[in-house]
Amino acid sequence: MSKPVIATTSLAGCFGCHMSLLDIDERILPLIELVEFNKSPIDDIKTFTKQCDIGLIEGGCSNSENVHVLKDFRKHCNILVSVGECAIMGGLPAMRNGIPIKECLREAYLTGPSTTANTSHIIPNDPELPMMLDKVYPCQEIVKIDYYLPGCPPRADLIWETLLSLITGKPAELPYDVIKFD
Amino acid sequence: MSKKVNFVIDGKECQSEEGLYLVEAAKENGVYIPTLCNYEGLKPKGSCRICSVKIDGRLTTACTSPVQDGMKIENNTDELNEVRKEIIELLFVSGNHFCPACEKSGNCELQALAYRFKMMAPRFPFAFPRKEVDASYPMIIKEQNRCILCKRCIRGIKDEDGKRYFAYRNRGQDSLVVPDRKMMAEMSPEKAQEAMDICPVGSILVREIGWIEPIGTRKYDKAPIGSDIENNQ
Repeated sequence: MSKPVIATTSLAGCFGCHMSLLDIDERILPLIELVEFNKSPIDDIKTFTKQCDIGLIEGGCSNSENVHVLKDFRKHCNILVSVGECAIMGGLPAMRNGIPIKECLREAYLTGPSTTANTSHIIPNDPELPMMLDKVYPCQEIVKIDYYLPGCPPRADLIWETLLSLITGKPAELPYDVIKFD
Repeated sequence: MSKKVNFVIDGKECQSEEGLYLVEAAKENGVYIPTLCNYEGLKPKGSCRICSVKIDGRLTTACTSPVQDGMKIENNTDELNEVRKEIIELLFVSGNHFCPACEKSGNCELQALAYRFKMMAPRFPFAFPRKEVDASYPMIIKEQNRCILCKRCIRGIKDEDGKRYFAYRNRGQDSLVVPDRKMMAEMSPEKAQEAMDICPVGSILVREIGWIEPIGTRKYDKAPIGSDIENNQ
């Protein structure tokens, strides 16, 4: 039997959850033995080259590109896992939710205190740029998510136990202090 | 000495003094009934419904029901715990509860209940209401994003004349708990701390002490909420 294939991505996240994955320390060696990575910043594969077993999603959906990547993951991954607070509830980027997008962009590019370098006074509008969404959406409001790993970031032990349990099919043993929202 | 009553919670024989509310009577017998809007020393209100139990098959709030002889109570059942989890999820989606940026994280009762009932993600869509952070008072900050309208501060924080520091404003989904500006101007540091402690979430914050406790030493970091009652048998 070939190894299970894992894909990971960071949408509107800070890569902290990926850092937490690296926090499994020396267990990264057995992990490499157990699984194969496909599209992921860890091996820098940019596009899916095959169907994957597990997709780990960090971050929520803040723009059209995030939605595109998330839907692509849903299509190519049999099991999709939301990793971290941003994927589950929007997180820090979602602090703009409730504020109209026009107001956010004006503050960021025209009227805010850090806009002095924007001498031409424009809001970036290149067609290459992904469109901002009206608000930041948690992943489960865009596609079906199979499992959730809360935390900011989720503890390395939580990620490790979950991966191991998904790979081996054994129930995960999760002590009280590995599931935290901060 | 007042009369003793016998009752049964989830098959466990319990005994307590007559007239106690069920939450307290259960506590004396080492049984934890989760609460949120209830606070020791305050008249119970029964508004959050987290303490919902079944008494002789009927759903009711344990914080407002006095214990009676021969009562049969269901508490720690899958059905009731699911109801409780659902209420917690509703509270999470109806406000803006962003735990990683909250000063009360680790000491928050709403968060601790979510841990206890193993909420991984709410089943409901997030409302993301637009709320204000009111930092215009000398002693405290009122963070409306996190307020769950439990009224604990309104009921419990009063001056020596019984005047309240907090009050309700508006109705329905626009309801807000607002501090009284005149009272706030004279609030002592001790009273401010009392207000922060009575708040189950991070909606009332004393200035300049955020994140004073490191992760790992906070109230609910190592043991679930209620485990002190359950271990005290």
